[in-house]
Amino acid sequence: MTDDYIKHKYAPILPQKDEWPVVKLSKHRKEFIKAVALAARNRIIALTGNNMEILREELETTLYREKLRIKQNPWLVDPEDDYEFWSKVKSAMVHLTSESNLSNKDKKTAYHNILHDITTRYAEEIASNFKHSHYKATRRLVTYGFSRLLNAARVKGFKSLFSTQYTLQDKIQIIGETEQLRDLASKGTVVMVPTHFSNLDSILIGWTISTLGMPPYIYGAGLNLFNIQIFSYFMNALGAYKVDRRKKNLPYIETLKTYSSEAIQFGCHSLFFPGGTRSRSGKIESKLKLGLLSTAVEAQRANYQKDLNDISGKIFIVPVTINYHFVLEAPSLIQEHLSITGQERFYQETDEFSDSLKIAKFLVKFFTKGSDISVSIGKAMDVLGNYVDKDGKSLDSHGRNIDTRDYFVSDGKISIDTQREDQYTIRLGNRIVEEFHKINRVFSSHLVAFTAFQIFKRQNRKLDLFSLLRLPEEDLVIPYAQFRAECERVLNRIKEIRAAGKVHIAPHLKQDLDGIIAHGLSNVGLYHSKRPLILNDNGDIITEDMNLLYFYHNRLDGYDLEKLF
Amino acid sequence: MILKNSSRSNKPVGVIGIGSFGTAIANMLAEKSQVIVYARKADVVEEINARHTAGGRDLHPRIEATSDIEYICQKCEILFPVVSSSGFREVMQQFAPFLHPYHILIHGTKGLSLLLPDGKTLETVDRIKRDNIATMSEVILNETVVVRVGCLAGPNLAKELSLKQPAATVIASKYNEVILEGQRLLRNDRFQVYGNQDIIGVELSGVLKNIIAIAAGALGGMGLGENAKGLLISRGMVELIYLGKALGGGTKSFIGLAGIGDLVATCSSKLSRNYTVGFRLANGEKLPDIIADMEEVAEGINTVKLIKTFAESTGMRAPITENLYKVLFENFKVEEALQYLMKYPFNVDVDFL
Repeated sequence: MTDDYIKHKYAPILPQKDEWPVVKLSKHRKEFIKAVALAARNRIIALTGNNMEILREELETTLYREKLRIKQNPWLVDPEDDYEFWSKVKSAMVHLTSESNLSNKDKKTAYHNILHDITTRYAEEIASNFKHSHYKATRRLVTYGFSRLLNAARVKGFKSLFSTQYTLQDKIQIIGETEQLRDLASKGTVVMVPTHFSNLDSILIGWTISTLGMPPYIYGAGLNLFNIQIFSYFMNALGAYKVDRRKKNLPYIETLKTYSSEAIQFGCHSLFFPGGTRSRSGKIESKLKLGLLSTAVEAQRANYQKDLNDISGKIFIVPVTINYHFVLEAPSLIQEHLSITGQERFYQETDEFSDSLKIAKFLVKFFTKGSDISVSIGKAMDVLGNYVDKDGKSLDSHGRNIDTRDYFVSDGKISIDTQREDQYTIRLGNRIVEEFHKINRVFSSHLVAFTAFQIFKRQNRKLDLFSLLRLPEEDLVIPYAQFRAECERVLNRIKEIRAAGKVHIAPHLKQDLDGIIAHGLSNVGLYHSKRPLILNDNGDIITEDMNLLYFYHNRLDGYDLEKLF
Repeated sequence: MILKNSSRSNKPVGVIGIGSFGTAIANMLAEKSQVIVYARKADVVEEINARHTAGGRDLHPRIEATSDIEYICQKCEILFPVVSSSGFREVMQQFAPFLHPYHILIHGTKGLSLLLPDGKTLETVDRIKRDNIATMSEVILNETVVVRVGCLAGPNLAKELSLKQPAATVIASKYNEVILEGQRLLRNDRFQVYGNQDIIGVELSGVLKNIIAIAAGALGGMGLGENAKGLLISRGMVELIYLGKALGGGTKSFIGLAGIGDLVATCSSKLSRNYTVGFRLANGEKLPDIIADMEEVAEGINTVKLIKTFAESTGMRAPITENLYKVLFENFKVEEALQYLMKYPFNVDVDFL
């Protein structure tokens, strides 16, 4: 992967929308939901060791929690018959326990039927509602609307209304293994795993996928987003399925995993944010949520069980990082992070994205001012984290071919061993984290934020993190000459790491040092009311918000750069 | 949940390397399975196939030998590499082209491998980090595509095993499948097999205890009694746990069979090579002479060198290892080292639990 970016127009890989897996899936929605519900039922029965008592307990816990949820935390999107459904489940359960002349076998069947009703209901709730016409309209709206804004800001005069001089690709640069991704997406099934810093990410990734000429990916979006009707429209248009974080019971979680696994087996490209949620600290995710990731491993094994041994049954994991100068939610994210790690009892939760006016303001600012975003596409890997070649074949570190099927083989045949697959998932997670750090792209703003924070830390060596963050901003000043020298040291080290292929750098880091620092200072946390880093009247470096500086500094965590200080 | 196929077809089991421990393992495996042994030298292969002995030690008649790597990898799904740590990486590199992800490797080598940038040696590099040290399972993972890796560790003195005395071992692996396979192949009415998921901890137990074994040999060689040995084993344990944790192992594994169990066995037995090294040092012999007339390597010597450098690089104190290093490589007298240790201000008995 080079550091430079090339603006490019990509032809669609599947011009006929009927060939899109996601369209096929929505055509067979009913059958698919049925299949998921049944598979989830069987999976839960297996998980409970086919033991009726354990299953009964799980069902009772589920029932209890669901009733509690309906009472204490109802949402607009909840189906109207929610209460009714669970009441029915309750009476069925009560009936079964009191029934004494049923044979154990009949009782078991009855419990299995209740379970099946529940998984069916959940599967229907989760299933996406993709509509191609909505997708097209959304895509047009996003591309058109954004490029109008962009051109209005950069091209002067009346012509700006019609100018196509600037497109979104000038604002959002896509770099990395784009051709490989397109190629593999047309032959096998892709699971894209991006870093997650901002709520904008899903829109950004959706746009990236469409710009690269790929059919839409399905992904799990929080059900809370569907509460807002306009979001609901967009999410459905993008092929999102619904994840209800209120439901933490076993049947729900297993149905959700089954849904994801079956959709991958169906050939739908999927998108997981493997961090599970936005990175609160501003660090690149280092611990991943393995639940959804495990469904990719499972789907791969299932495909081999179905004797899909060629590339059409192969699943490719593609890490992606999104690099920003500015994260809109940074102030509340870092506040939350510090409150959690600092064990403070109360904190104010404010979500910038709750307010549509704020979103609109941000978008206008974003498109009319500087501050670019880049999306780095990493090398594709198999579900064990081995790189794959252009034909999708897995390679070991010496470039020899590996048959991924062999990872699931025991005594000559494919075997199901969930403990083994859990270990594979952990391995895959570690590989993804490693790749994140490699494809991550260092911006000038990351450099200046990192350097400044480390200098402040060194100036106050005796303080722990929380005392450091609480220092009055007036006390924190770095003379420019010192700052410049330290930036140079950090930059040189970054260049060494770059030479070893363990990180990437933005082209703007190739100018002279003063230029880089100026660029960094003008971009870091650009739109915050309190800037993390600015020059004061004496030309020295000061901060207006230490927490924000810490947030942007964290982006370069994990490269051992702090050892320079 | 593990769906186990109990009727794994009766494929032969492979053993790589046929030193004393390799021989003991091969013989135990052969009680239940067909065994194929890999040996590099043609005359060793010849000796095994023609006379059922290896270096004079008897081998079960069901053991076949080969020097064909492709053949053994193709015939066996489960292989036990039992070669010295200094040759381990090379052997794995030779095997790598013929190994597949369905293979299971369970090694029995109690040593470490050093991974330095090209052109550097332990003498020319000023500091080493954890990344520069690899346990044998890490070597397997680095050099081959095998992921189902396990290790065998515990008080298993080869001579006692070959006399069919009762013993036990630990098979450690992140994969239950590997532990179960190892148990199936090795367990019998005089050999108990325990499982442990902390493979790094178990490997490190086997590796680090060799340091203490050399020290124990030195005490024995000086004619000191059981009080001194008790002192050494318990202080050695503390040092072992501190070093082991720094290298990524879990405390629980160190106080298990592979840790304390093996430590007690090797610190009391003249059958142990590492113990013998210490014993002869205390009797005034020089290290090069001792190494020259030993049949097989004492892993502890290399381990002391590596761990001493590691401890220095990370700023840890490891007094037993440091002093042993001086005795082994800097012509320190055993008595001086002992004096130093007796003056060392250990004052807390147990602070790792």
